[in-house]
Amino acid sequence: MSAVVSSVVPSGEKLALRCTGLHRYLGQGEGRVHVLRGVSFEAQPGQVYAIVGPSGCGKSTLLYLLGLLDQPDAGEIAIDGQLMSNSEDSVRTAARGLHIGFVFQFHFLMLEFSALENVMMPMRKLGKLSPAAMAERAHGLLASVGLGEKTHRLGTQLSGGEQQRVAVARALANQPAIILADEPTGNLDVKNSAMVFDLLTRLAKENGQAVILVTHNPEIANRCDLVRPMRDGLFV
Amino acid sequence: MSPNLHIAFRFLTAKKRAMLMSLSCIILGVGLFIVTQAATTGFEGFFIRTILGTDGAMRIQDKLQATQGSMAAGGYNSGFEIEQKENLKYIEGIEEPGRLLAALSEFENVSGASAVLRGSVVIRSSFQNQSIQVFGIDLAAHVKVSDLGNQIVDGSLTSFRDSPSGAILGREMANRLHLNVDDSFQLEALGQVRRYRVSAIYETGVSDIDRLRLYLNMIEARSLLKEPIKATFLQINLANKDRAPEDAAHMQQVLGYSAEPWQQREKSWLSAFSALRITSGITVSVFTLIAGLAMFNTLAMIVLEKTKDIAILRSMGYERADITRIFLWQAGIVLVIGIVIGGAFGAGASYAISRVPLPHGGITGIFATKYFIVDLRYWHIVQAAITAIFTVMIASLVPARRAARLEPGDIVRGTAL
Ligand SMILES: Nc1ncnc2c1ncn2[C@@H]1O[C@H](COP(=O)(O)OP(=O)(O)O)[C@@H](O)[C@H]1O
Ligand SMILES: [Mg+2]
Repeated sequence: MSAVVSSVVPSGEKLALRCTGLHRYLGQGEGRVHVLRGVSFEAQPGQVYAIVGPSGCGKSTLLYLLGLLDQPDAGEIAIDGQLMSNSEDSVRTAARGLHIGFVFQFHFLMLEFSALENVMMPMRKLGKLSPAAMAERAHGLLASVGLGEKTHRLGTQLSGGEQQRVAVARALANQPAIILADEPTGNLDVKNSAMVFDLLTRLAKENGQAVILVTHNPEIANRCDLVRPMRDGLFV
Repeated sequence: MSPNLHIAFRFLTAKKRAMLMSLSCIILGVGLFIVTQAATTGFEGFFIRTILGTDGAMRIQDKLQATQGSMAAGGYNSGFEIEQKENLKYIEGIEEPGRLLAALSEFENVSGASAVLRGSVVIRSSFQNQSIQVFGIDLAAHVKVSDLGNQIVDGSLTSFRDSPSGAILGREMANRLHLNVDDSFQLEALGQVRRYRVSAIYETGVSDIDRLRLYLNMIEARSLLKEPIKATFLQINLANKDRAPEDAAHMQQVLGYSAEPWQQREKSWLSAFSALRITSGITVSVFTLIAGLAMFNTLAMIVLEKTKDIAILRSMGYERADITRIFLWQAGIVLVIGIVIGGAFGAGASYAISRVPLPHGGITGIFATKYFIVDLRYWHIVQAAITAIFTVMIASLVPARRAARLEPGDIVRGTAL
């Protein structure tokens, strides 16, 4: 392993996320592929994890399972101590809104909406803040990803990298305990990817959020608290 | 604005052109529905006003009599008898009109009652002869049970009342016989010929009446038809016309005479009107149906285009029900716009056609009018709106639920749909 645990987590602290023995098959009939072959993983609050590995090894598939967007064929997922892997759709949906912020690998934004509206979208569903407070928080998040000047641009008027940064801001909107990001810096130049990564690490430390990101960038992977290399559907 | 409505609005504005088809069909469907219903209701209402103004809300005629055990007694019956059901028969005519009129005044809904003596006669003018019907009336009573007072187009009712030989003729009858006010003519009945004078001419618009009905003062009619006591029927006016069937049933029981409400008497015309109203409503609802199909189409298209957005929304906690609502809202927005514009269009068009003169100088026959008659009611708009909402919402439910069923995992992997 190239990177090892760098900070000590007090033992006995509650896990943000835990999964054990995850299996996932994709495709049908002849094309059925055993994509995940028994993945186990734990994430502690305030830690930043990197999942690395060759393309097609199952990183995105794992992230969708952890984000409760998909269901495993075998294995368990617990979020905030609660078993979620096979709960009802409504329970998993509520957990997504409350505990999880997700940054997709592709197609980041709802393009008919402005950057600000995109970031406010999860807050409006959760409905905890007043509209003014939501807008203020969204402005703040956009500023922290370097888009304070472009809050009213529509998704269509933003570059791929800018969309990606808005998506990161949106994943942080509801202050989720877990942030899952599928190659969040993939489209970004050095300066912006450093900014996004610094933001994620800072939040993890300040708010005790668990950040799990997939990355191909070795520099970024090296700065994470823990790196999990993956190959053919298993952590190696 | 709720987030779902807000999202629905944006999805919709991105697909304005596709929505236009559905919107314009809703506008047409709602508008034309209102116009056809307002027109058929207008003409129906006018027809009802006409028949209430001529033959009144109710007619009492024929004495009801329970038949005795055997039919052998038939020999000494003087009246015309018709066998009815098992144990009831009708004896034509009113034997004691005075007693019945007094009894009728006890009914609170009765606002007027007039005894009428009817008989067939031949009218002779210098121009031609014709078989017609004489109606002997007490003018003061009869204007309370009909609209005769307003149907006079020439001459005057006062001169009719004050002259024993006065007669009121229908417009068509007078035209055919080339008779004008103050002209004289003869009536031939039961072997006698008497001379009368035209006091007034009326027009109801109902050609069967205007062609055949001639009014005489009751005293003169009794003498001409040699009928000193009996009346052919009593014509009755009611304060509340809609209660006629209940009152008729009640009167039949209390008075022992058959009472026929206008709804029963004009049943065939009334059902023709309602059939017309319903078929025209169904016909124009085709537009609403097309609106539903177009909405189905557009929403299905939006679902296909927005699967990624659906996955994003679901990933941040939007429930299946939210997705359903987002798509139903889109249909709802189009419906609201369509119903408002369609309602205004329908109301405007109804008003406009009521100003347009009918071709060939108007309609006569079952009523007379020179203009299109519309009667726009609040519930026409409500009915049109309900039809549109029902059709479009049902059509939208399918794509909306399909969108809600999409699994976010399938979408992001690209294996959904
Ligand atoms: N619908 C599918 N049917 C069959 N195989 C699939 C399907 N979707 C993804 N896969 C396979 O699953 C594997 C893992 O994919 P993914 O998790 O996207 O990889 P990564 O994110 O690590 O590049 C790949 O080999 C891919 O070919
Ligand atoms: Mg991937």
